[in-house]
Amino acid sequence: MMLNNMLSLLRQELVLSVLIFLLLFIKLGKDRSQASLSVIVNIALLINLLAGLWNMGEGELFSGMFHTNATIVFEKSILNLAVLLISMQSYSWLKSHDQVIEFYLLLFTSLLGMQFMISSGNMLMFYLGLEMSTIPLAAAANFDLTNRRSSEAAMKLIISSAFASGILLMGISFIYGTTGTLLFDALPSKLTGNPLQMFAFILFISGFAFKISAVPFHLWTADVYEGAPVAVTSFLSVVSKGAVIFVFVSVLYKVFQPLSHAWYLIISVLSVATILVGNLFALRQDNLKRFLAFSSIAQVGFILIGILSGDHQGAVSVIYFILIYVFSNLAAFGVISLVSALTGKEQITDYKHFYKTNPLLAWVLTIALFSLAGVPPTAGFFGKFFLLTAGASKGNYLLIAVAALNMVISFFYYLKVVKAMFMDENETPIEKLEIPAVSKLALYICVAGIILVGLASVVYEHINSLSI
Amino acid sequence: MNLSLLVIFPLVTALAVLLSKGLKQVRGFALLGSLTQLGLAGWLLKSYQAERASGNLTTNLFESNTPWFTSPLINYHIGVDGIAIAMILLTSVVVVAGILVSWSMEKMSKEYFFLLVLLSMGAYGFFISLDLFTMFFFLEIAVIPKFLLIGVWGSGDKVKSAMKLALMLMGGSALVFVGLLGIYYNVHSFETAEVIRVGLTSGVQKFFFPFAFIGFGIFAAMFPFHTWVPDGHASAPTAASMFLAGISMKLGGYGCLRMVSLMPDAANYYSWIIIILATIAIIYGAFATMMQTDLKYINAYSSISHCGFVILGIGMMNKTSMNGAVIQMVSHGLMTALFFAAIGMIYSRTHTRMVAQLGGLLKAMPFISTVFVIAGLCSLGLPGFSGFVAEMTVFMGSWQNPDTMYRFATVLSGASIVVTAVYILRATGRAIMGPISDEHALLADATWNEKLASVLLIAAILVIGIAPFLMNQLIVPSTDILFEHIGKAITIK
Repeated sequence: MMLNNMLSLLRQELVLSVLIFLLLFIKLGKDRSQASLSVIVNIALLINLLAGLWNMGEGELFSGMFHTNATIVFEKSILNLAVLLISMQSYSWLKSHDQVIEFYLLLFTSLLGMQFMISSGNMLMFYLGLEMSTIPLAAAANFDLTNRRSSEAAMKLIISSAFASGILLMGISFIYGTTGTLLFDALPSKLTGNPLQMFAFILFISGFAFKISAVPFHLWTADVYEGAPVAVTSFLSVVSKGAVIFVFVSVLYKVFQPLSHAWYLIISVLSVATILVGNLFALRQDNLKRFLAFSSIAQVGFILIGILSGDHQGAVSVIYFILIYVFSNLAAFGVISLVSALTGKEQITDYKHFYKTNPLLAWVLTIALFSLAGVPPTAGFFGKFFLLTAGASKGNYLLIAVAALNMVISFFYYLKVVKAMFMDENETPIEKLEIPAVSKLALYICVAGIILVGLASVVYEHINSLSI
Repeated sequence: MNLSLLVIFPLVTALAVLLSKGLKQVRGFALLGSLTQLGLAGWLLKSYQAERASGNLTTNLFESNTPWFTSPLINYHIGVDGIAIAMILLTSVVVVAGILVSWSMEKMSKEYFFLLVLLSMGAYGFFISLDLFTMFFFLEIAVIPKFLLIGVWGSGDKVKSAMKLALMLMGGSALVFVGLLGIYYNVHSFETAEVIRVGLTSGVQKFFFPFAFIGFGIFAAMFPFHTWVPDGHASAPTAASMFLAGISMKLGGYGCLRMVSLMPDAANYYSWIIIILATIAIIYGAFATMMQTDLKYINAYSSISHCGFVILGIGMMNKTSMNGAVIQMVSHGLMTALFFAAIGMIYSRTHTRMVAQLGGLLKAMPFISTVFVIAGLCSLGLPGFSGFVAEMTVFMGSWQNPDTMYRFATVLSGASIVVTAVYILRATGRAIMGPISDEHALLADATWNEKLASVLLIAAILVIGIAPFLMNQLIVPSTDILFEHIGKAITIK
């Protein structure tokens, strides 16, 4: 019975673990071509994704340490989908790389950590998952082995994560000290809001803010995003961020519900600051990866506004937005990753007149940027609309007005890239690129997602029907 | 009839354009699609009149309501009243004319026609929406094509103009969005009918009305948010200018009208501000036009002045003035599209739009010159053309308001017509009459497609100008219904 339970509830984690061991064995055996390896990995990821589609009910394992339900499975599937897309997109980059297996090993270990983190029912389990997801990423950030910036990025990532983890851990220990429990279920009734608990809570939120790079804890983001290989950058900005936000929502809504008056204020301030700073810095970037780093900071600000609502609708809009964010951001990163792998160019100025030579990639990037900017009919519009609608449910319309006007600022810098691609003249545009079929497929999936997830309300309604 | 066809046809046309190859196929599909659309609009008008004649007095006809999202509650709810049909007819006429005018667009023709069709789809969707979310959705769909159309195919300082236009319109829709959220959380519905039925308290209206009204006002070139108009119109390629002035600015006016009907208390409360802003726009627009030397700038600034009449008519808050506002929207849409078409034809031949460098064009291209003169005469409100009917109705309505300040505003606005006459006659005199320069003497007259586009627009202008009752029959019953609700708010005060 226990074994059956484990098999069904842990199915996503198990598929990943098996995959990790399989890769280890392949590594020990004789050398394989990168092409066949990619096929194996991508098929395994697809199986992993499909494993999430079939509903196996909810339950707990390891005396409450691990729990799962339809929502959590859905969240994990979003992450699995993102990793599958990233793996498909980095095909051209990995082709020229020697340590493909190690790269996948690191990525999957990190993903496994995230899945345990999302499923955690206990502060310790949560912390364990978080660390398991962060440390491999630092190694992965260093994967442009000959590039000094890549090592610098890895260094910055590991130091700032260690710092954030330290703060988080301190918060957790204070919480344990004042309540005597680490179980999520038992915590709410013991939270009274006394000063030490408030202090612990602030430490806790700061740790989270580091991980999702909310202002003022965002300083590491741009450098790490710029230095790391594109595949790792997209993993950091989509998967890693998404996973932490999923946990953030459930922890805030369930565990810290008694302190909701406190976190409402904290998060209002954080959200406005994050949107504003992210936008203002994004305005001045010329490196596309840095540009997307700051734009993703601004996006996190919008997510925080959705979180503000504190009810079912807020959680739904956040999960929905992350799904959309996966498609839009990965479409953007997909194009950048291709161009970067084939030509090494990453500046916005390099993309001048890009449309003339690569119309397909230019359209994909344009649609992705429009989705990030929240322009209909792309899904980004629906995502932002629902986030802000949820955020307005508490009646703080001025906050919403500030956020809505910030969308105009963000619109400016997204349009700047579109302008470069379509309108600026350039004597030496990026030449016509040969796109591998796998990467092309990944881009098509992203574009289909961007268009369908919004217009077809089924997806939203499905998330809405989950109990959160 | 099924109103969704009005959105589906442009979508199909856009896809056909994307899949076709070469200029000939592309423009063929675009024209076919827009003509079908014109036919649909005509059929819509016919079946609407038949329904009304058979005694159907519901506010909106041909309604259909499909649930879209459940929480927040969003329905794809469509339906039309007379005002919406007037706007749809305007859109379909301008779209056909715009596509005919860009018949020989060689540069990236596929993308060009695709964006034009997409823009028209946004407008159709906007006019048939009865749900505020859908309305907002289509409003924003119409923004992006403008940015690309101006930025890629424009002339002059095109990128800056495109950016300015896109950002200001996005700012407008951000404000509209806040207004909509306010309405939603007080009524728990995005349905316009539901908002009117439940009603918003006066305090709520006063807080959210400025957001929504200014938001739509930016689209309608309301002073002081009109600055995107001159640059945007001047830089845009001909068809895009026609679409901008003929369709896009009408989205704003129509939106303002709907917002007034949703929040009549606040509209009544703020009406003096609206009137002042509209009057400034009318006077300032007219005088600014006097100073322009570029034909496109002349028409763009005069658009600010003419759109001021729309806002004035709405702000005066009575039946006649609102009728006038609607007629002015249609009339200005047609007239300004004709004007831009004529300017585009002149520019494509002479390669200059500077009045000083033109002259005596009547000798070389009699047809285009005549079109230009007709557009000018309509613009200055000559009886027999639609401009006269529209402005006359607005003034008749405004004068009904006995308040001194309102009367003063009416008189001032009326006086602007003299200024209009000055700049129109001056531009016409210099560019069309007089001696012709040698290099312009041999230029060819309009081609068949340009003639067709002009004739279509002129015919529409004349129909409204000579038989205004046709227009009145269409819109007056609907403004009556609209005003029933607004009127209550005024009497309460």
